[in-house]
Amino acid sequence: MLSDAELSKLRWRCRRGFLENDLVLERLLKARGNEFTRDEFTQLKALLELDDNNLWDIIAGRNDDYPPDTEPMVATLRQTLSTH
Amino acid sequence: MAQTIHKYDAVVVGAGGAGMRCSLQLAKAGLRVAVLSKVFPTRSHTVAAQGGIGASLGNMDEDNWHYHFYDTVKGSDWLGDQDAIEFMCREAPKVVYELEHMGMPFDRNPDGTIYQRPFGGHSAKYGEKPVPRACAAADRTGHAMLHTLYQNNVRNKTQFFVEWMALDLIRDSEGDVVGVTALEMETGEVAIFHAKCVLLATGGAGRIFAASTNAFINTGDGLGMAARAGIPLEDMEFWQFHPTGVHNAGVLLTEGCRGEGAILRNKNGERFMERYAPKLKDLAPRDFVSRCMDQEIKEGRGCGPNGDYIALDLTHLGGETIMKRLPSVHEIGKNFANVDVIKEPIPVVPTIHYQMGGVPTNIHGQVVVPKNGNPNTIINGLYAIGEASCVSVHGANRLGTNSLLDLLVFGRAAGNHLVETALGSKAHKPLPANAADYSLSRIAVLDNSTSGEYPQDVANDLRKTMQLHAGVFRTQASMDEGVKKVVAIDERAKHLSLKDKSKIFNTARVEALEVANLMEAAKATMVSAAARKESRGAHTVDDYGDTVEHPLGRNDQEWMKHTLWYTEGNRLDYKPVNLKPLTVESIPPVKRTF
Ligand SMILES: Cc1cc2nc3c(=O)[nH]c(=O)nc-3n(C[C@H](O)[C@H](O)[C@H](O)COP(=O)(O)OP(=O)(O)OC[C@H]3O[C@@H](n4cnc5c(N)ncnc54)[C@H](O)[C@@H]3O)c2cc1C
Repeated sequence: MLSDAELSKLRWRCRRGFLENDLVLERLLKARGNEFTRDEFTQLKALLELDDNNLWDIIAGRNDDYPPDTEPMVATLRQTLSTH
Repeated sequence: MAQTIHKYDAVVVGAGGAGMRCSLQLAKAGLRVAVLSKVFPTRSHTVAAQGGIGASLGNMDEDNWHYHFYDTVKGSDWLGDQDAIEFMCREAPKVVYELEHMGMPFDRNPDGTIYQRPFGGHSAKYGEKPVPRACAAADRTGHAMLHTLYQNNVRNKTQFFVEWMALDLIRDSEGDVVGVTALEMETGEVAIFHAKCVLLATGGAGRIFAASTNAFINTGDGLGMAARAGIPLEDMEFWQFHPTGVHNAGVLLTEGCRGEGAILRNKNGERFMERYAPKLKDLAPRDFVSRCMDQEIKEGRGCGPNGDYIALDLTHLGGETIMKRLPSVHEIGKNFANVDVIKEPIPVVPTIHYQMGGVPTNIHGQVVVPKNGNPNTIINGLYAIGEASCVSVHGANRLGTNSLLDLLVFGRAAGNHLVETALGSKAHKPLPANAADYSLSRIAVLDNSTSGEYPQDVANDLRKTMQLHAGVFRTQASMDEGVKKVVAIDERAKHLSLKDKSKIFNTARVEALEVANLMEAAKATMVSAAARKESRGAHTVDDYGDTVEHPLGRNDQEWMKHTLWYTEGNRLDYKPVNLKPLTVESIPPVKRTF
């Protein structure tokens, strides 16, 4: 189980430098609510450490140079982007 | 519990382009400087800037600062202060070359000089023809700039406080600013930053509107802090609509598209800007293009099943140019409009983009207010720079690329001014007793709430109201109604309730504190807009149309003046526009045609 503080921090880190990332991450948070497994949480946290442009390139499928163990979350984010 | 006190020579609130350009100047001079930021510095909104930085380098075509000065004055619809505009345009090449020397990876020409692209409103020979003036790093100029500045700051030992939210200015009995309170999100504790000077570099408040190109973080915190401290906000009725926000998403398509040759078309496929602006066409200034688009839509020539958007056509540029010069435009088309811009036009509408108004300053970044008959009395210890400030170089309408330029020029100028006034050797003024009490009481109200609305519900209503009553299409009646609605929402915002009252990383509390700032920015905008009985730049009101006496609705006799809005009593004051440049002849007001 993730603590409220962990989730809250995750939500804050989803505040990004530009709107494209904000919109995709907002869609993800809306769709998932507080339902993240520990694994998903760790992966998303790692991706959120990236610069906005790198993150966006990865989400948009322009760049596959993401940390290898974040692949499932990258797939989720790409899916979230394309099902808008 | 006593608050922790951090002591610095200077505290910069905000780690965007403006804040970090300034902190760099201070740190390089050996001053002790702290930079507070709600997010990691390189995730500041400056990272969104794609198009470029305006400077008359003349690398592609003949250009000089006089042309840039003329364009900026005209673009501002004669609300910009001509001393500040001259200062900015003259400094522009210098700040760009400095950035180049710091390691900024600008695009290059084959001869090694910085590549420059054309941008709306930038012309040579006083409006005769478009000139390439934008210095860019592909379509990631803001990203490259932030990284360059961040690395240089780290090297010079600027101290960053990341995920700290500044709350309120601390003023002493003489009205001088002696520090700022801030909330550390990780612990939920409020601390005091005791400083010889505080610089507001918090960016704009673009999230007061429902349809915006701005990231969610742009909540106008510096405006709220200034307003609550009794400082007026200047020219807040002027908000720029970017002509090319993606229909239904808000995401921006850079003006670089039109710089590279993209064309706006109505439902008949007509390049309608040729009719409105025979010389500059699609590259006329943003307020003008936005209004023409609005006109096309209103007159039934909009595209799509509801006739409610305009088509931006890049297809003739070819896949190679698009992928080389505008790669993110391709991505955005695919992901937010379901369109391949290489093959088909993309639906766009004018979308809120940039705040021309802000905290009033002089060209050194010092905050100035009316006092004892002087409209520009300095507030000791307080500076404002970047989008949070109003110096005023953008007047009623900003030219594209002039914002990044503004950050660099005035961030640097504020830093230099502080260094020149020997900040390091000055003593700290004492903090007043209970300096954090006001901020603590604001938090206590939230923590003790037992009923009330959630911050996001109130913020959403505010955004819808602003969109409806202070959007691209304004009428006097609608703005008057908007004032009443915003005042009513302000009452609701005083009674917010928090779902979560924990201390550690409480995002709900942070959002509630942001709503207080959004409210100040929105009230300033709505009240200032309803009071200005003319059309000028981005403030276009249907009631004040084109007449012989008032061309394009602009009434220079009565309204060539800056608005100053005070939160107390929603009061307004005005001050004159400075039409006198520093060294050259004034550009006299004429009707704007392109
Ligand atoms: C999509 C887009 C594209 C653009 N492209 C261009 C362009 O090509 N050329 C151009 O000239 N202009 C462009 N602009 C405009 C320009 O990017 C902005 O005006 C400019 O970057 C603002 O910079 P800033 O330093 O004032 O603020 P920001 O970059 O917004 O930084 C604000 C900083 O303040 C911090 N902050 C805010 N509140 C608080 C608080 N309470 N406590 C602590 N920290 C706080 C934030 O964390 C952040 O670090 C563009 C704007 C958008 C939206």
